[in-house]
Amino acid sequence: MTGTPSGVTDAVVRVGPRTALDGVSLTAEPGAVTAVVGGDGAGKTTLLRVLVGRVALDAGTRTAPDPHRIGFAPATAGSWAGLTVEQNLAFVGGSYGVDAPILRERTEQLLEAAGLREFRDRPAAQLSGGMRRKLGAILAMVHDPQLLVLDEPSTGVDPVSRVDLWRLAAHAAARGTTVVMSTSYLDEAERAAHVLVLDAGRPLAQGLPAAVVGAFPGTLTEQERPVRPAWAWRRGRRFRELWPPGGPPSGAPVGALAEADLEDVVMARSLLALHGEVEAP
Amino acid sequence: MTAPLLEVEHVSKRFGAFVAVDDVSCAVGPGEVVGLLGANGAGKTTVLRIALGLLAASSGGVRLLGRAPDREARSRIGYVAQGLGLYADLSVRENLEFVASVYGQPRPEVPDAFTDLADDLVGRIPLGSQRELAFACALLHDPAFVVLDEPTSGVGAVARSALWETIHERAEAGVGVLVTTHYMQEADQCDRLLLMASGRLVAAGSRAQIVAGTTAVEVRAAEWARAFEVLSAANLPVTLAGTAVRVADVPLDAVRAELDRAGVGAQLAPVAATIEERMTVLAGQA
Repeated sequence: MTGTPSGVTDAVVRVGPRTALDGVSLTAEPGAVTAVVGGDGAGKTTLLRVLVGRVALDAGTRTAPDPHRIGFAPATAGSWAGLTVEQNLAFVGGSYGVDAPILRERTEQLLEAAGLREFRDRPAAQLSGGMRRKLGAILAMVHDPQLLVLDEPSTGVDPVSRVDLWRLAAHAAARGTTVVMSTSYLDEAERAAHVLVLDAGRPLAQGLPAAVVGAFPGTLTEQERPVRPAWAWRRGRRFRELWPPGGPPSGAPVGALAEADLEDVVMARSLLALHGEVEAP
Repeated sequence: MTAPLLEVEHVSKRFGAFVAVDDVSCAVGPGEVVGLLGANGAGKTTVLRIALGLLAASSGGVRLLGRAPDREARSRIGYVAQGLGLYADLSVRENLEFVASVYGQPRPEVPDAFTDLADDLVGRIPLGSQRELAFACALLHDPAFVVLDEPTSGVGAVARSALWETIHERAEAGVGVLVTTHYMQEADQCDRLLLMASGRLVAAGSRAQIVAGTTAVEVRAAEWARAFEVLSAANLPVTLAGTAVRVADVPLDAVRAELDRAGVGAQLAPVAATIEERMTVLAGQA
């Protein structure tokens, strides 16, 4: 893939007395989807707003294309409620100075990809939540940006529309666009090419999802009851528990070793950030 | 076998010519955590409203806690809406006291988890704490059955873990739990899943049981972007996971034929479908 990566190095953002981003670095490559994942207050939105140039850094550096080569779909609707789907695209495309013939072609491609073709004459206000999110995403893509940033595009969106949204992001990446999206759901982040897990403004883990999962910080067991509740979390009726790299001491009432997924890694790293070093029982 | 807390039998609901719910039967027993999944417009909310007696079925029957879903039955239900239903400009303690008084309960103790936040306005506390408070409010009157709408949406890993701990503790004490969710991570916390599409119950069982019967083809290609474009252009249901292209519910040979025609070299392998892929297939069939 050609093109320059976008990202930040050692980014710090303070909001009043709070540090919203505290030494975060991210390199988002062209032609790939990068997922920024974390709960509320993790710093996802702040990081995305830094990337698109809407929030200034207190320290650190930012690399991004010129503003007119950036597309951003904020977590709130991001479309004009009173305009139809097609009018929204025409308005946003026009404001970016996209030539009329190219805009017409892009409009058709994006409506098709988003499954919104039959709804082109419907006012945005009358779209379902999922359709409205898809409209927000394609509005951010209409001028074929180098950097596409989607803030929680799938929150509250049904699974079928969510697949459409992922496909839209993948389409953009396949064309060479740098795609950065945030999510609070780890199963979603696991599908990205690169994932950055944030917690309270700090990075918990970063890399290829498989590499992040592969670097589980210790040993994981699964059993009916936790041995040390402070180091265990639910998976349905059973518990998963974090042990030091050497594993649980012999004779501890633990179950089988479990295969970690991204959620386990994030739980384990969150608990380590919370309690310090993993303790022996 | 213990009697179910919720029994929905052959329920249908028509709005004029539109069939919102079509012959749905399901049950939730004591101590069970059941996930209800479906696309928007699949009929989840309508079924839920009928189950709680807020909407009359066109046909079929509902029993909630062994009786018709009336006010008396509803008074023993706990509900946490996605919007949480808290009062943002009341404190944590005031929210708890208000909900207790509505249910005719004595003035509640503030749970330990909120000791430091008791006098903070709810609008100012973190989302994870708000969700935990919404649970505490919904459980104050010791309900026998609780309905939770995307209970852990938007919170961090540790807060999510604490919320599921609360849910499972109640289930282990015999409370029946129905979770409506869009999220697979939440579905994984349930004992059993119900999947709706176009008003019908199209699948039920564990996640593994539901995805059984649907496979996906995983395409690994050096030119993955081209593979993605070629398969998209052929109108196949493609998604991307990292740089692997996935095609759900299409025979491997058909995928290979498209790639060969475009001269894209790739390795193809059948893999288990994800539950989203299964839902997309079911929604397409329904």
